[in-house]
Amino acid sequence: MFDRRDLLKGAGLAAMAATLNSTKALALDTVTLPFANGERPLVKYPQKRPMIGLTSRPPQFETPFAIFNDGPITPNNAFFVRYHLADLPYNLDPDKFTLEVKGKVDKPLKLSLKDIRTMKATEIVAVNQCSGNSRGFSEPRVAGGQLANGAMGNARWRGVPLKTVLDMAGVQAGAKQVVFGGMDGPVSDKTPDFTKALDLAHATDGEVMLAYGMNGEDLPFLNGFPLRLVVPGYYGTYWVKHLNEITVIDSVYDGFWMKSAYRIPDTPDNSVEPGTTPKATIPINRFTIRSFITSVTDGARLKAGRTTLRGIAFDGGKGIKDVQVSTDGGKTWTSARLGKDLGNYSFREWKLPVKLAAGQLELKVRATSNSGETQPDTPRWNPAGYLRNVVETTRVTVA
Amino acid sequence: MQRTVLLATMLAFVTVVGPTLAAPVNYKTPDEVATFKPGPNLEVVQGNCAACHSADYIATQPPMKDKKAFWQAEVTKMIKVYGAPIDDADVGKIVDYLAATY
Repeated sequence: MFDRRDLLKGAGLAAMAATLNSTKALALDTVTLPFANGERPLVKYPQKRPMIGLTSRPPQFETPFAIFNDGPITPNNAFFVRYHLADLPYNLDPDKFTLEVKGKVDKPLKLSLKDIRTMKATEIVAVNQCSGNSRGFSEPRVAGGQLANGAMGNARWRGVPLKTVLDMAGVQAGAKQVVFGGMDGPVSDKTPDFTKALDLAHATDGEVMLAYGMNGEDLPFLNGFPLRLVVPGYYGTYWVKHLNEITVIDSVYDGFWMKSAYRIPDTPDNSVEPGTTPKATIPINRFTIRSFITSVTDGARLKAGRTTLRGIAFDGGKGIKDVQVSTDGGKTWTSARLGKDLGNYSFREWKLPVKLAAGQLELKVRATSNSGETQPDTPRWNPAGYLRNVVETTRVTVA
Repeated sequence: MQRTVLLATMLAFVTVVGPTLAAPVNYKTPDEVATFKPGPNLEVVQGNCAACHSADYIATQPPMKDKKAFWQAEVTKMIKVYGAPIDDADVGKIVDYLAATY
């Protein structure tokens, strides 16, 4: 997709270009994601390390998977980026930034960033995962952003509970939903602006947060600076970036991004027969439970004998009870040791010492939540490629 | 001496006002380098599609069995859902280009 003559190959050239403070696209190299048409450039953006590029306008990129083996917190400069519409507020002024709270409230508010930062802060460690994470593995393939497993990340978010701000404004009787808008918008005024909604009870649960801090720093620009919504356990589509407009309404919001987009089948496991269309749909909501091996990549060659497998697991907010690992393609399973508990919305690290026999092995990992939810052996399918949480398999050669 | 005082003042200022003191962000993305592949009616495609998004949106889509139906559905979605102002006369040209090229 990149003209190869334009590619700056190798770290040396990239470093040279960086020294010259060039804003030229630095295609450092390419990576090939494990599905058809999976070649992607590694791209370098301000505030970010080299990331796996998906699109350049609007910017979208995913985290190189190896980073998930470095620890349970995803660094800000490695956190994935997803936008829908290309008019980004590249020149926003944080001193002039205003969050407006309006609609069915007694006292409409206009809050500056300083107003929000001087309110009592809370913190939560929570995974943000794109609804389309892993869409490239959907079979049959479906249209949309073709992502591998890197459109997720785990951060310590700092901000104020949305409930605090709604209480200040005084939500009126009869209110049903809260609608969120950000400063980014469409290029054409015919394109529906990106707007999302939560039920009032959810919006005021005390956990949904207006966040300005991420891992002890300001939000990176492309992750929603200066303020974004954090909706623990829910897919990233609700985590509105550059958040500047909150509207309380007394109806169910029926804009495009709720009513038509980001819908999942209204079936018991939210899937349908591959290739078919669901009869009824509902808005996407909580994460399905997932787990990954992070210490070994698919296709790796390992030495026979003792080694320790490591990885991560997470779910939609019940917390991880157990992670089991199989080194024989799913015939036998052993519970791993779970790492430090950073809260029910966080990545939970796990590790397990194993003894690998020579041969072609299939390593598998399967998590179970405190509510008993676990991962299926075969992938569920839906037309938008959402909710993937099949038991992942890592194939290795042991000698 | 004066410099020291000035520096101390600046440091104090930065410490007090902290992260809320900032000029406009002026975030610079890298130059867009993704281009449309050569093909029939390329200029129609560039004129219509590139107004709202970069070419890699198209180049990264999966290889489908029925390319014509896939791209017809995508172009229809861009018009009906996202309000792309594409002339009726151009729709067929764009679909043909996409099906032949990607």
